[in-house]
Amino acid sequence: MSAGRRVLGVASDCREDPQLLRGEATFIADVELPRMTHMAILGSEHAHALIKGIDTSAAEAMPGVLKVVTAADFANVMPLPCIWIPGGVESHFPPHPYGLPGSRPLLSGDRVRHVGDQIAAVVAETAWQAHAALKAIRVDYELLPVVTRADDAIAEGAPQLHEAVPGNLNAYWTCGNKEATERALADAEVKVELDLVNQRTINSPMEPRGAVGHYVAATDDYTLYASTQGPHNHRFLLAALVLGIPFNKLRVIAPTVGGSFGTKGYLYPDMALVLLLSKMLGRPVKWVDTRTGLMRSTVQGRDHRQHVTLAGTRDGRITGLHCTSYANLGAYPSTIGPGVATALMGRSISGMYQIPAAFCEVYVAFTNTVPLGAQRGSGRAEATFLMERLVDRYATEIGMDPAEVRRKNLVPNDAFPYENGLGWTYDSGSYRENFDKALELAGYTDMDERKAEARGRGKRLGVGIACYVAICGVGPSTRMSQEGMLGGTWESSNIRVHPTGEVSATVGSASTGQSHYTVYAQVVADELGIDPAQVQVMEADTLRAPYGQGTYGSRSFSMAGPSLALTARKVKEKMRRAAAALFQVDVDKVVYGEDGVIFVQGERETQSKTFADLAMALWYGWNLPPEIEPTIDETTFFDPPDFNYPFGTHVAVVEVDELTGQTEVVSYTAVDDAGFVGNPTIVKGQIEGSIVHGFGQALMEQAVYDEQGNLVTADFRNYALPRAADVPFFQLDRTETPTPHNPLGAKGAGEIATVPPAAAVVNAVVNALADLGVQHLDMPLTPEKVWRQLNPEGVAP
Amino acid sequence: MNGKTVETDVEPQRLLVETLRDELGLTGTKVGCDTGQCGTCVVQLDGLSVKSCLVLTVQTEAHEVTTIEGVAPEGGLDAVQESLRKEHGTQCGFCTPGVVMSLRDLLEREKEPSEERIREWLTGTLCRCTGYHSIVRGAQGVAAASVAVPAAGS
Repeated sequence: MSAGRRVLGVASDCREDPQLLRGEATFIADVELPRMTHMAILGSEHAHALIKGIDTSAAEAMPGVLKVVTAADFANVMPLPCIWIPGGVESHFPPHPYGLPGSRPLLSGDRVRHVGDQIAAVVAETAWQAHAALKAIRVDYELLPVVTRADDAIAEGAPQLHEAVPGNLNAYWTCGNKEATERALADAEVKVELDLVNQRTINSPMEPRGAVGHYVAATDDYTLYASTQGPHNHRFLLAALVLGIPFNKLRVIAPTVGGSFGTKGYLYPDMALVLLLSKMLGRPVKWVDTRTGLMRSTVQGRDHRQHVTLAGTRDGRITGLHCTSYANLGAYPSTIGPGVATALMGRSISGMYQIPAAFCEVYVAFTNTVPLGAQRGSGRAEATFLMERLVDRYATEIGMDPAEVRRKNLVPNDAFPYENGLGWTYDSGSYRENFDKALELAGYTDMDERKAEARGRGKRLGVGIACYVAICGVGPSTRMSQEGMLGGTWESSNIRVHPTGEVSATVGSASTGQSHYTVYAQVVADELGIDPAQVQVMEADTLRAPYGQGTYGSRSFSMAGPSLALTARKVKEKMRRAAAALFQVDVDKVVYGEDGVIFVQGERETQSKTFADLAMALWYGWNLPPEIEPTIDETTFFDPPDFNYPFGTHVAVVEVDELTGQTEVVSYTAVDDAGFVGNPTIVKGQIEGSIVHGFGQALMEQAVYDEQGNLVTADFRNYALPRAADVPFFQLDRTETPTPHNPLGAKGAGEIATVPPAAAVVNAVVNALADLGVQHLDMPLTPEKVWRQLNPEGVAP
Repeated sequence: MNGKTVETDVEPQRLLVETLRDELGLTGTKVGCDTGQCGTCVVQLDGLSVKSCLVLTVQTEAHEVTTIEGVAPEGGLDAVQESLRKEHGTQCGFCTPGVVMSLRDLLEREKEPSEERIREWLTGTLCRCTGYHSIVRGAQGVAAASVAVPAAGS
């Protein structure tokens, strides 16, 4: 940590906010280009069917319709790639150039595999006309049997989705030590088991996805505007792997993006369609999804069915952990879906605990559901849920306080770097301090009195703890390649110093609401000792920022942030060298002051230059020795040695209404550790939002497919999200354990607090119902589900 | 419309939000769900907050419509916007215009709503980023400021 930190690490107003508050930010639906046309996409109404024919003639004759396309129009376009093949799992799909497997065509031609599977696209003068024409497209389907559960899909006799994938098994993936774990289970004094359903959920950013394609024939250039969290990645995937055009012919721009939580990093057919159709029509093509369209085509999250076993001693020492999981990949492997279902989950299952023997196996299966992808806390939330449920179950079994069991098994401070036996090496941690702080803040020892008081009001009070470790800062390219990631995961930054002393910084990330323009300006200003107002930040445009990987896995501040800090240090070095030449002293004698004044050591009063003085001197380029090039324009590609591992402890207190089964979260305490925090205001907001996202999974959210594979929950009338009245204010605090893996000491923060709340809330409800013999309930804990526990006989008919 | 008279011909089935965005270029009002659940399209009709995806344009004939574009003084922020800015009651900002329009209605009719009342009022709004905390604090901030102003002047 540098000593001169003044504007970084402190709360500040966000420079993005006024524009957002005034409704002046440009989101994808607000992008307007001259001669714009509008696209709508026809999604399948059946979960599994052969397409015997498509008749588009009536649609083509509709008013305003310019073009109707089906799979036949794109026979020469490469399929969308899947770029995360975990553990070198064999790919069953046709190969791409650069060794990547293809996964799905732009439009499905002979077969559909999920409701919403894209079949045809219409371009018309207006969006209304395009949507109206969709209804005139006639599709002749021959229905096929449907399977929507991963464990059903790999059973004998299940409907088969892909000819190339016998048994629907995309991958059998394992991590950990199987023999040691089986031995630990066999020798265990105590063994507890649970069958868990980590239900499928829909991420639901408030802004639906959208894309605008603009092809200019005169220069043969393509521009894609898209609601993306990874413009550079989408440029790479689209140019090189789908369209087969030169890399320098595609520019990708993300306008203001209205939330993502993982879903907008994926490659979707619409992104390629708007570009190809713009070329066909010679006009810009715009597509904005509907809410139902989003729910039926944008990647969904979670979806594991698990059998988990914990072995331990009678005095509370965990000795073994075993997980068998059936992961539902959906109908196609999305851009990185297989990695979410395997490594992100499996390697994380031991959480904060020192467990001598752990093993996880995942059966990854295709089903007739929307493809699986990331969702805020992806993989880590699923892992934490199983571990934290098991710990409570174990505590009940041995009659010990769940807090005491956890305390006994926490990885101690002197064990770091700590290899968790499942493939992750935790960088740093102070788990005990974090844990104790959370329990104290929550008033954990007073719960018996509170339970009695609540009972008097017809409420059952329950308390639940959840601890977590979340792998973040996805970045070490070599480490990710070992996980099967087919692409670099470094991050870049550039700082250009203008002659009048202002600075432009470009980064490869792309904010989807994380106030990047604010916090990156803080990083640069802090390093250079200048005012943040002097720092312009640019991202999310592949023409402006040279390269980058995007925003995902809570990586922006702990990847792009350190990259910017390192670039700023290069700027300072060049200023010192230039100053040394101008002062005609040895460079060792030149000091770059914390206030951005550069001076000769011991002679600050007489021999000094301001940042702006040197910027101008370097712009003129006069009096510089030949080894110093004019101007300052520095770049860093930052590839850290390993991931970073934020962690924390959350405590939920709930009250279950005896009469209705309604669960109310009455207090919630979260102590998170994201290492060094660049802007506490921003992180606090992310923590609060993340926790509520976790409540959603615990209490109300579920993507429901019926037996025919229809998505029953395809809009907000059927898919419940938490609302303001569903949550209390939280008690938040943090500990700060810097990571050694980047120069800021920063760990991921954006999504980490989504990881534990589902476990904390379910633990609390089970605690509230413990005297009824309830040992586990599957999420979501709807009032009906809980009421049935309170009224096992139900109501007489 | 935001203090000016606007004439436009619309088909009877056109929703207010469509007219605002597509005909009048007032894109601060957002479309988030198509079913009247999310509240990103809230505007004020004769001072009352309404979801503009649930109002036909023709229903607004001879009525006053205020959108997010019409609330802030030139180059500034109104009291609700200012309080939300202080509390960072935005993140991605997509629901923000609807939140501002909705809270303006509440805070114009009730000077000191309780936390419970604010949360209940926001039931028509979905926000996936903030968990509502900073938005609720923002609303409380407006109430506190409006109480503080006369006190300071007395």
